This record gives sequence, structure tokens and C-alpha cells, in this order.
Amino acid sequence: MGELRIQGLTAEVAGRQILNGVDLVVKSGEVHAVMGPNGAGKSTLSHVLMGKPGYTVTGGSVSIDGVDLLGLPTYERAKAGLFLAMQYPVEVPGVSLEELLTEALSALGRDSSVVHTTVAAEAERIGLATRLLDRPVNVDLSGGEKKRNETMQLAVLRPKFAILDELDSGLDVDALRACSRRVEAATTEFNLGVLAITHYSRLLEELKPDVVHVLAQGRIVAAGGPDLADELERTGYAEWAEDEAPPAAADPFADPFA
Amino acid sequence: MSSPQWLVDRRSAAVQTDQFAMPSSEEEVWRYSRVADVDLSQWAIVSDRSEGVPAGAAALLDSLGHLAGSVVVRNGSVVAARLDEALVAKGVYVGSLVDGPDAQTSLGVVADGGPDVFGRLNDAHFLDGVLVHVPAGVTVDAPIAIIDWIDIDGSAVYPRLVVRVGADADVRILDWHGSADITALVSPLVELDVDRAGRLSYGNVQMRGPRVWQIASQVSRVLNDGTLTSSHAGLGCDYGRMRTDCELIGRGATGNLSAVYFGTGSQTLDFRTFQHHAAPDTNSNLLFKGAVGGHSRSIYTGLIRVEKDARGTNAFQTNRNLKLSDTAWAESVPNLEIETNDVKCSHASTVGPVDEEQVFYLESRGVPTEIAERLIVAGFFDEVLEEFPVAAAVPLIAAAIDERLDAGVNS
Repeated sequence: MGELRIQGLTAEVAGRQILNGVDLVVKSGEVHAVMGPNGAGKSTLSHVLMGKPGYTVTGGSVSIDGVDLLGLPTYERAKAGLFLAMQYPVEVPGVSLEELLTEALSALGRDSSVVHTTVAAEAERIGLATRLLDRPVNVDLSGGEKKRNETMQLAVLRPKFAILDELDSGLDVDALRACSRRVEAATTEFNLGVLAITHYSRLLEELKPDVVHVLAQGRIVAAGGPDLADELERTGYAEWAEDEAPPAAADPFADPFA
Repeated sequence: MSSPQWLVDRRSAAVQTDQFAMPSSEEEVWRYSRVADVDLSQWAIVSDRSEGVPAGAAALLDSLGHLAGSVVVRNGSVVAARLDEALVAKGVYVGSLVDGPDAQTSLGVVADGGPDVFGRLNDAHFLDGVLVHVPAGVTVDAPIAIIDWIDIDGSAVYPRLVVRVGADADVRILDWHGSADITALVSPLVELDVDRAGRLSYGNVQMRGPRVWQIASQVSRVLNDGTLTSSHAGLGCDYGRMRTDCELIGRGATGNLSAVYFGTGSQTLDFRTFQHHAAPDTNSNLLFKGAVGGHSRSIYTGLIRVEKDARGTNAFQTNRNLKLSDTAWAESVPNLEIETNDVKCSHASTVGPVDEEQVFYLESRGVPTEIAERLIVAGFFDEVLEEFPVAAAVPLIAAAIDERLDAGVNS
């Protein structure tokens, strides 16, 4: 049984502290939802875990099965078993999906000769038209196609843990159902542990969470069972709204030399 | 083989009318260039004929698959020429210019004297020259390849190519510039003439040795409803310059101009383009994409000029550059000069490093940083290479790009 362990994680962007000590443990086969209001640090959390440039970790630790991730470059984190399904998958002109996954599998020390057949099978399973597989990565794909593509790559790469950064944004209900079902199946198929970051509970209709966490002001402020997601949907995040006053807007008439 | 009298006269006229003064890099079209370092007295003009097909050129020809015809030029002399019999019967000509049909009237029709002193030097000193002539209405199905090879150290060589595509004729040409690992100064002058509704696809690969200096000019003229597609791959040379003048002089003429270039080490790759719209309803589309690594430099300056009469013109110009090391340098200066309102024109230029977000995306799937960057850089060129006029040359260009990436370009 593997685990993704996040302890006391603090991080800043451009000198501003966004994560204020996040503690979370996800075990293999479990689904943890992280919900929270806008600006709570949800996307920052997913980016910091995967090692996206532009973020500075100021404290805490992240590990998979005892392997410290924070000292590793992004591709080594992937090798350690982490996957990030991005909220806004980037277009990479001139690089085909097959090229990407062939390089990825061989870097992960896996058999890359099966890429073509595996991709075709997984694409069919998630309802991604095969004609899209020859396109450069994410180029000219619709929102739904991009998210199916992310999920399809997850299924081909079979990581230990997947972070889903707002997998439910920018796609229609059919695509949402296909994606969430595929991830749900992966939790039993290859014992995938999931950290599903989302603003809404609709993702969790097919992808059943074991634990729902509330992230607000850069830390986990509450946790509960699946019911918590429904409750949040009804009541919103007002309870955890910022209790300190937001920074005052710059006064355009202020004396710049004051 | 001696030159006909008309050519001897023409050459000496070129010598007499010009003292071959070097231009100053103060002139806009020579800004950032290395023309100030050109000392003509340092190079020996090749006046003796070369014989035999060099091994490098033969190997290249073999790797290009089926060709309708081919010419091998060695140090300015045509040393081999071949053309499918069926095409000979249709009046197609591929070979030495002086032996071709209407040689005297074909030469200089598009670019008499060329656009600068190096064109005039070419007029004065080119040896054989190559003519590709496709008569009206003839379609040449397979590509024609010209291998222009140089292997005399310390030489100054002036290759000349004239392509005449008749009305409604159609041909694809690969013009490969190669060399042994020598020092040389090479000034090719290429004239592309496309008659009414003719279609010429011309692919030029510049893969001279790393110590060669090349200052090239390509001048084209497209008549009514004709289409020129010209694609360049600039990879070789210490200093490799190409000036492109595309003259759209007939109504409905189209010029598609594209290039990939990749500088490494201390190379300088230098491109100047002129899209000249002189007739109504003309279209030009330019896409130049380059990468610079190591201490290399690239220069792109382009001008779209739309004349008063050229209403209904569509003209586009895009130059994108990847800067792969801190010590590499790329300059990009697009320009428009438009004298009518009824036009669609745009230009865009970028210089920047490999996109961090793209690298992160590939890395997040487990692809190591270095491989991620390689995939992105190779992919950056795809857009142009996919449309390269002679498909058989693309794997060779891609392999040369890979070789540069393998050697390391980040410092």
C-alpha cells in the first residue's frame, strides 16, 4: 500500500505566501477531494506538487512511499509515480501524442513499443476520436477533448498517484462523466490514489471520494466524508471566507513619496 | 568546353561596369551582417573546370529516391545532368545553362545583375550556370534535384541557377547547397521565373561546411495566377546569408515563402526578404522559423511592399525565433510599406526561449527536461518542414537538426 504524504507544505508565488501549511495523506486506491473557494490555493497546490516553475516552496515535505519529491525535477516526480492532469493543458505544436508517450514510457523504464495499441484502446475507452491522436499534443482540441486526452494519458502512464486540477472545468457533462468514470475505474484497476482538486461537487458524482478536504487560505480547514461535498455545494464556502481584510486597493491619489 | 562569345562579352561587361565595392553595414539591408569582414582578395575565383561527381553529391542523389532529373554542379561546373526521356521529348531541359534553349535570353531575365554587388560578381564570374526549363502546359511529376557542391579550399564560387516555368506548367525542384569541409566564399544567384498559372515549388537546402561563407540571392518573378512556393533550410556555413526578392507582377500571382534555420557554435545566419506586390489580387505568405544556440546569431529583416495598383492584396509575414542559450542572439525586424487601402496585411515576429509551460507539460508526463526541449524544438520546425516542396529532403533536414540538438546548444 503506497501513500502520497504532504506535511506542513508552505509555498509562495512572487513573494506572496499562498500555501500556509497543507497536511494531507492519500493512500493507494483512495480518492481525496480538495475543495475550496477561489483563491484558496488549489491550483498552487497542484503546481507545487508537480514542481511547476514560478513557485517557491518555503517549508514542509511531500513524499511518495518515503521518496521525497520536493528536491526532484518534475520528470523525476513523474518517475516517482506522480501525475498531474492539468486544468489548462498546454498546446505543444509539432509534438505528437505518440511521440510524447513513447518518450514518457521509456523514461519511466516501461515498454514503449505498446504505445500505439495502448493509446488506441484507451482513447476508445474514453471516447476520444482516433483522428485526434495524430494531432500535435492538445493543438486545436476542444475543452472536453483536452480533458479526455489528459485522462487518457493518465490511463496509459498508470501512475501511483494522480492530481486532477479542476478536471471538471471547461467540459460538457458527457466528457465529465467519461473522465470521472475512467479515473474511478483506475482506482481499482491499478490501485490509483487520487487527489481531485475541484470547485464543484459534480466531478464527485462518478468519482467517489473517500475523504473531502476543504482548502481555504492555504491550509486544510476541514475534512469529512462524501456528504461534505454536497453540503459545500449547498452552503458555499462562506464559513471559511477570508477573515482578515483583503489588502486595500492602491489609492490612485496617494503621495508616491509618502 | 568554352563559353560562347555572348557569355564572354556579358561577363566582361559586368566586370567593367562595376568595381565591386563592398556595401557598408550602415545600409539597412546589410545591418548586423558580416559583410565588413568580406575581403574578396582573400579568395581565388574558380575559373578552371571541375570534373567528376564528388562522392558526397552522389550519396545525396542516391538518398533522394525517384527523381525526374538531376544536375550536379562542382565548383561552378556542371559535371553531370540527367533527365527522364519522356520529359526530354516534351521539351523540358535540365542542365548547363549555355547548352539550354534560349540560353542568352533566359539569363538575367529575372535578376540581371542581381540585387547587390554579389549578384554582379555572380554575373561576372559564374562558370556554367544551370538552367531548368519547363515548357508551357508540362507537368513534371517527380522532383528535379540540383546538387551544388564545392570542394576547392580557399575558392570564390558563383553558382547560377535559372528556372523558367512556362504557362500552366508545374515542377518541383530541390536545390541542395553542399560542400566538403573547406573554406570558401560562395555567392549563388537564383532566378525563378513563373509564367501565367505556372506552379513552381522550389526547396533550397543550405548545408555547406562549417567554414564556408555564403552570400546568396534568390530573385523570383511570378506572372498572372502563377504560384511560387519557395522553402529554405539554412543550417550550414560560418556566415550564411540569403536575400529573397519575390516580385508578384501579374494579377492573382502568389508567393509562398518559408524557411527554417538553426544556428549553433558561432554561426551567423542572415535573412532579408522582400515581398513585392506590384499587381492586383496578389498573395504572399511568409513564414520564417529559426533557432539559435551556442554563440550563434540570426538576423531576419523583411519588407512587404504593396504598390498603389495592387488592390486586393493579401500579404502576411511571420518570423519566429527560439533562443536556446543565453549567449545566442536573434534579431527580427518586420516592415510594411503599403500604398493602397484595399489590402489585408499583417506581420508578426517573436524572439524567445523554449516555452516553459510546454516543457513543464512534457516533463509532467515523465519526459526528462533535455528530451522535452528537443521534442519542442524539433516540433517547432515541423510546420515548415511538412510543407517542404521535396518530401525526400525532409528526413535529411530533420537529421541535421537532430545532430545539432545532440551536440548540445544550450551554451
